[in-house]
Amino acid sequence: MEAKTLVLGVIGSDVHAVGNKILEISLKEAGFSVVNLGVLVSQKEFVEAALETNADAIMVSSLYGHGEIDVRGLREALIEAGIGDTLMYIGGYLVVGSQEWTEVEAKFKNLGFDRVYPPSTLPEDFIPTLKEDLGM
Amino acid sequence: MTEAMILVDIGSTFTKVTAVNTRERSILSQSLAPTTPTDVSVGLQNALDQLELTSGALQEARVLACSSAAGGLRMVAIGLVEDLTAKAAKLAALGAGARVLKTYSFQLTEADRAEIIELDPDIILLAGGTDGGNSENILHNAKVLASLPKAVPIVIAGNRSVAQEVARTFPESFSTYISANVMPTIGKLQVEPARESIRKVFMEKITYAKGLNRASRLIDSIFMPTPAAVLRAGQLLSEGTAVTKGWGDILIVDVGGATTDVHSLGVGLPTKAGVVVRGLPEPFAKRTVEGDLGVRVSVLSLTEAVDARVLAQDTGWTVEQVESRVQALHKDPETLPQNPEEERFDQILGYHAIKLGVGRHVGRLSELYTPSGLVWIQDGKDLSKVSKVIGTGGVLINSRDPLMMLEGAGQESLALELRPENPSYFLDGGYILASMGLLAQEQPEAALTILQKSLSERELIRRDI
Ligand code: B12
Repeated sequence: MEAKTLVLGVIGSDVHAVGNKILEISLKEAGFSVVNLGVLVSQKEFVEAALETNADAIMVSSLYGHGEIDVRGLREALIEAGIGDTLMYIGGYLVVGSQEWTEVEAKFKNLGFDRVYPPSTLPEDFIPTLKEDLGM
Repeated sequence: MTEAMILVDIGSTFTKVTAVNTRERSILSQSLAPTTPTDVSVGLQNALDQLELTSGALQEARVLACSSAAGGLRMVAIGLVEDLTAKAAKLAALGAGARVLKTYSFQLTEADRAEIIELDPDIILLAGGTDGGNSENILHNAKVLASLPKAVPIVIAGNRSVAQEVARTFPESFSTYISANVMPTIGKLQVEPARESIRKVFMEKITYAKGLNRASRLIDSIFMPTPAAVLRAGQLLSEGTAVTKGWGDILIVDVGGATTDVHSLGVGLPTKAGVVVRGLPEPFAKRTVEGDLGVRVSVLSLTEAVDARVLAQDTGWTVEQVESRVQALHKDPETLPQNPEEERFDQILGYHAIKLGVGRHVGRLSELYTPSGLVWIQDGKDLSKVSKVIGTGGVLINSRDPLMMLEGAGQESLALELRPENPSYFLDGGYILASMGLLAQEQPEAALTILQKSLSERELIRRDI
């Protein structure tokens, strides 16, 4: 079977590069075809890369606390581009201040993400779910 | 094999011929005759005859040629996303020496199809999708193109998973050429194979379609579009050979009546600290053509881009005077300056065409405010450390003050353009760039020596201070 394609990147004006590199390495090891856009990635770049590569899923990271604003409209942009059914995950450091995790998760799901991960999520914590979601 | 070689450049107005001695690495003689559009072999024979007169028998010499006659190589480029595969396709076509009539992205519509019929391109470059990526779009576009009433050679350089299927979409009457993807994966540009395919099609099909094959009895091999030969010369001059060191990063500028061509040779990585590069990486050998910047046929759009008031200020004329001169040049593109003021006006036009053309070619910095402070984003190539700018083409070569025009390359037209900061200027006064690009295919060492010598002798230096 052909490898599933993932588009990876850290959204907005966010420069936290370490987690993104770790994700790239571990997802490649897990057998995915990985298109890593790196840090400082705009919504437009996510959408266009997903379109050209026919991506199966988009993995968004946000660490610096502005994730909620940065991702607003991303799902709608994918719909506009004709690839609205692409699986979307988000992780990193989405909690700001002392918010409840369930609240944060609900907020991002509402913004169009299929799965939302809390800080310090390890690759082995979500890769099995990802494979399952992609029917692997 | 004899040591002499003849290099031919069949231009739209003149056919230029250069004979070289490849062992001595020197120019034997040069000649020039008006191009004869209905049968280019007549003009070529005239030029060759003059050469015989000046340098004796050259019967044995091999003859290589390039051409920009009959409208040059006219292409349409097609991709999926405007900033990704469509841009990559356009860069590939430009690098192959084509005039890109239009670039299309996403799915071609009925209106696009009608427009393509109208444009009547010589070759269509069809890209779209990274390897293993989107296939729907290129298949759709292939279907639309397959229904064109007139067969056009199609170079396929998109998602390799469906390349064969795309080729099969076309009826027998179309020639299709499968090439490697111009963008195999996001962020990777691969334009060389597509450029090669385009050149092959140009040799096999286009020279015939344009009647250039009539000259083929006079020519031994290699027929490429002239801009491709110029880019090849630039590449050799920049990179050098295994034996001889090149000049490093350079910029070549050609301002003409209709367009301004800019070629850069250099990777263009950031030269300043703390800069992040964005967008599609650009090719080492990059060519851009500005169809609205020219000093005759395109003088109206040039004036619009510069602003007549700026031209008035530079010339000391009134805006009305500027406008009436511009109208005159537009009405009769053959107009030549009749007095020093009109000559200076032409120079000022050339200066601005180069200033804007280089500004569009080079990369640009923009500021991005992040929570941890300011970050600089670079789009395109940083050419600020390019140390040599070379001018070529009739307008510059025949000008009394080419330096004045060329200095436009170093003048910022918009803030934060990454253009050469402090270059030296050279003139291709011997009209040899295209010829040496041809020679480079067979005798790179000789071509490089002749290029470096000829250009070094024509460094342009301000003497009036
Ligand atoms: C190093 C660091 C920096 C460095 C980054 C260097 C670099 N280029 O990478 C610098 C100094 C530049 C920096 C700057 C800032 N930082 Co900082 N930084 C950190 C720090 C200490 C470590 C980040 C790190 O590399 N972690 C290690 C990697 C491996 O983990 P990770 O990125 O979280 O990724 C893992 C998981 O989260 C998960 N994951 C990540 N993405 C995704 C996506 C998906 C889909 C999934 C499933 C999983 C997943 O997988 C990864 C591997 O396990 C954290 C604190 C911390 N301990 O986490 C603060 C931290 C992230 N920074 C923070 C802040 C506030 C900032 C600044 C705004 C500070 C400022 N005012 O200047 C700036 C913002 C700069 C910018 N424009 O982005 C806050 C964020 C708070 C918030 N979100 O509410 C943190 C949490 C510190 C804190 N406790 O306050 N920072």
